[in-house]
Amino acid sequence: MRYAVIGGGPSGLYFALLAKKANPTEEVLVVERNPPDATFGWGVVFSEETLGALRDADYETYTEIGESFARWNAIDIYYRDTKIRSRGHVFTGISRKVLLDILQRRCRALGVRLEFEREVRDVAEFEGADLIVGADGINGLVRRTYGEFFKPQVAVHPTKYVWFGSDLPLDAFTFIFRRNDDGLFQVHAYPFDARTCTFIVECPEDAWRRAGLESANEADSIAYCEALFHPELRGRRLMSNRSLWLNFATLRQESWHHGNVVLLGDAAHTAHFSIGSGTKLAMEDSIALVDALRRHHDLGAALNDYEMERQPVVERFQEAALESSSYFEHVSRYAHFDPRQFAFNLLTRSRRISYINLTQRDPELVRTVDSWFNAAATGSPDGVVRLSPPPMFTPFRIGELTIPNRVAVAAGPDLEVAARMGGGLVITEFVSVTEDGRITPETPVIDRAEQDKLRSAVERIHQAGSCVALQLGHAGRRGSMRPHSEGVDRPLRKGWRLLAASPIAYTPHAALPKEMTAGDIAHAVKVFAASARAAAGCSLDALELNFAHGYLVAGFISPLTNRRTDEYGGSLENRMRFPLEVLDAVRAIWVGPLLVRISADDWAQGGIDLDDAVEIARLLKARGCDLIHAVMGQTVWEGRPDYRRLFGVAASDRIRNEAGIPTIATGNVTTADDVNTILAAGRADLCVLDLPSRG
Amino acid sequence: MNIGVGLPTSTSGINAELLFEWAKRADAGPFSSLGVVDRVAYQNYEPFTALAAAAAVTRRVRLATMVVIAPLRNTAMLAKQAASLDALSGGRLTLGLAVGARGEDYAASGIESRGRGRRFGEQLEAIRDIWEEGKIGPTPKSPGPRVLVGGSSGEALARMARYADGYMHGGGPPRAFAGAAAKAVAAWSDLGRPGQPILWGMGYFALGDGTADAGAEYLRHYYAFTGPFAEKIAAGNLTSPGAITDFIRGYEDAGCDELVLFPTASSIEQVDRLAEVIG
Repeated sequence: MRYAVIGGGPSGLYFALLAKKANPTEEVLVVERNPPDATFGWGVVFSEETLGALRDADYETYTEIGESFARWNAIDIYYRDTKIRSRGHVFTGISRKVLLDILQRRCRALGVRLEFEREVRDVAEFEGADLIVGADGINGLVRRTYGEFFKPQVAVHPTKYVWFGSDLPLDAFTFIFRRNDDGLFQVHAYPFDARTCTFIVECPEDAWRRAGLESANEADSIAYCEALFHPELRGRRLMSNRSLWLNFATLRQESWHHGNVVLLGDAAHTAHFSIGSGTKLAMEDSIALVDALRRHHDLGAALNDYEMERQPVVERFQEAALESSSYFEHVSRYAHFDPRQFAFNLLTRSRRISYINLTQRDPELVRTVDSWFNAAATGSPDGVVRLSPPPMFTPFRIGELTIPNRVAVAAGPDLEVAARMGGGLVITEFVSVTEDGRITPETPVIDRAEQDKLRSAVERIHQAGSCVALQLGHAGRRGSMRPHSEGVDRPLRKGWRLLAASPIAYTPHAALPKEMTAGDIAHAVKVFAASARAAAGCSLDALELNFAHGYLVAGFISPLTNRRTDEYGGSLENRMRFPLEVLDAVRAIWVGPLLVRISADDWAQGGIDLDDAVEIARLLKARGCDLIHAVMGQTVWEGRPDYRRLFGVAASDRIRNEAGIPTIATGNVTTADDVNTILAAGRADLCVLDLPSRG
Repeated sequence: MNIGVGLPTSTSGINAELLFEWAKRADAGPFSSLGVVDRVAYQNYEPFTALAAAAAVTRRVRLATMVVIAPLRNTAMLAKQAASLDALSGGRLTLGLAVGARGEDYAASGIESRGRGRRFGEQLEAIRDIWEEGKIGPTPKSPGPRVLVGGSSGEALARMARYADGYMHGGGPPRAFAGAAAKAVAAWSDLGRPGQPILWGMGYFALGDGTADAGAEYLRHYYAFTGPFAEKIAAGNLTSPGAITDFIRGYEDAGCDELVLFPTASSIEQVDRLAEVIG
């Protein structure tokens, strides 16, 4: 076999030496456009796991790499004039230049042909090769040549970043957050030998413009950043190496091979630098490709096998990297956090590290966070690390009410069955404010009988220690449906008359609702108020108004379902008029905690998105809503839902930290570990825990 | 977890004798169901017709469409065919439905593929009503055949949670099934359905000397419409007893209720060999 490798970076060289080592009779050629000692970028980071893979793949280079490594186990977080150190994280870093030198020497020793300063203009130059390996990066020739087969998707990230080096000696992975008049800047810095570190500066584009960095040359950029991070640099210098401000691009491709051409590393995929895995993934690709070539006689089968092994791994990293980059893009949202919570949120940003993982790595930090969380929740003295329950079992105070723990349970028809789970807050099923506001014939109405039933159930639940919130709503155009045991949104054949903001049927076969008149609206407000009055006599702890999921009130909020031309339609202010009238009327009667459930995203084009949801939450907060229960979608029948793990948590996070109001998070939250992570990171104040009852 | 076997209705060399004999042996064997696939622009038997033939020579096994491309069929006729098959088989039909993945099937049927998701939703909303109303018979015993929905998009999962009894996965390693099943359960819970969706999975197998290559060849051909992904599906063909038992264990751990293994080679020994493996 003859192999032609285009690109002499770590993945190309590592593939070449492994392939040659596996079979010395094979011809392996590496072509690189730059001279052997040219390198861009500073250091690269590896994990323990990668080191193990490198050891098994080639012991000689592993030993040399190991001798040149910087190793550390701490993460330092500089934020608001404090420094928090988290331990127990194992990292190793190496100078990219040293790494390339080790790999080049090993290649030569094994008999790999290396051609430097050769610019490849056409992949056809390697026509005689049995396998052409594209290791030439995200903008490389190979990828561009066969783009139609690889089906690339490139997502450009909004923040600006630049790679510097520094002679600052570090003994930890270091994050620095600093705000000046231009905006919030952050540094990702890590050592790669005893004297030098990589120093990446990242900021939002508007901050970058205000700082004049758009037109700055390298020296100007360095001067600006040196001044900005003067305290942390402790008088050390920043060094440039083609250090240009860039936007990171995440590359995904459906396929990484075509015919006898295969892609490695950044040519195949990229993952945001904030989880530091580019070179790691690239060298693991090399190992997997050589293994696959050894396993299969057939080239096509080998390349397919390589792709099948690596794609799921890379996808998981890309998902984590997207979470991580999104965190950094919106980090100013958390600028009001206590440093301990800020640190926990940062460390768990990619969702790969949870509360339990962090407890294993750094029990002391988690104890500190637990103590702070508990002190803040109970009003006990802060600053003392003491035995504290995990956040999930910390009480939550809302006005006069203390909810004993942070788990909210969505009850079905039997309230007491739900209460037995032990959640601090039991939220009733949808209870209608009026007969024709029911969803199905089984939906309870807040009449005398229901009030009596509620009162006695609530009293028993109180004795068991939980709190109860009554969920009040009006089904609107989602009413007159069959019982949910027969399906959801299946219209009754003979139902009742429906009301809605606009006359749009919920499903193709559902009844057309009547557009509400001013009189209907005034009446609905009164009915909500009357229901709140009825609820006041039921020993309940809280009221929750359902303004979500396409029911009556939600129908006014979403532009998809509100086509009114009066003062209740049009602008968000107008669309919120009826919801706020309902809220005002209920608030005037109900003195206890008042929760509002909203669909934070309509999951449909032209509908409410998270930006709107933050604005809606601000309006509700200003009128006396105490807590937002953030759910997703169901505004329209044909939405584009996404049921991934923790699907509603991002909405809760944004509403809580941008509108400044407590939240309940929902959406495929299934473990106590998820709940503790969400709470400790400040993404919600309570969580609805989905415990599927598999039987 | 129940284990079913696919009927040979799309592999090369299919014929009526093979189908009847296969169905009989499956009925006498350890299998809980017989599954069929659905395509238009392909050399396969139409699923309702094939299951009706199988119904005539079996007494016990469930008959499952995995899946019928619903928008290619008129809703009334779809409801009638399904109800007829259910009646003729003594209530043994499990009706798997989805929008399908191939534009060519829509083109061959002269049906617009755009808007198929919405039309499928309408069909799902209507089909049980048709069975109930009694105008278009035969009226199945209430509540009618079990309906499962396939597809991986959020829209498909929402339709499943609204109108179906469960989810039918389209194949892949146990990990892929587990991920899809978790989302199906989340959709079910998000839409407020009580209980749990029923979860069905599928896999491909070829057992015995020389069948592995033929099986892979068939899968490459069958899945050519997926482009390079066809190779991955072909590589996932289960070609040894060990691979099959591992696969079964993986699906069982992931909460699958019924796993149907489809043949990739058309010989009657395949069903016997599979029966031996699953015991």
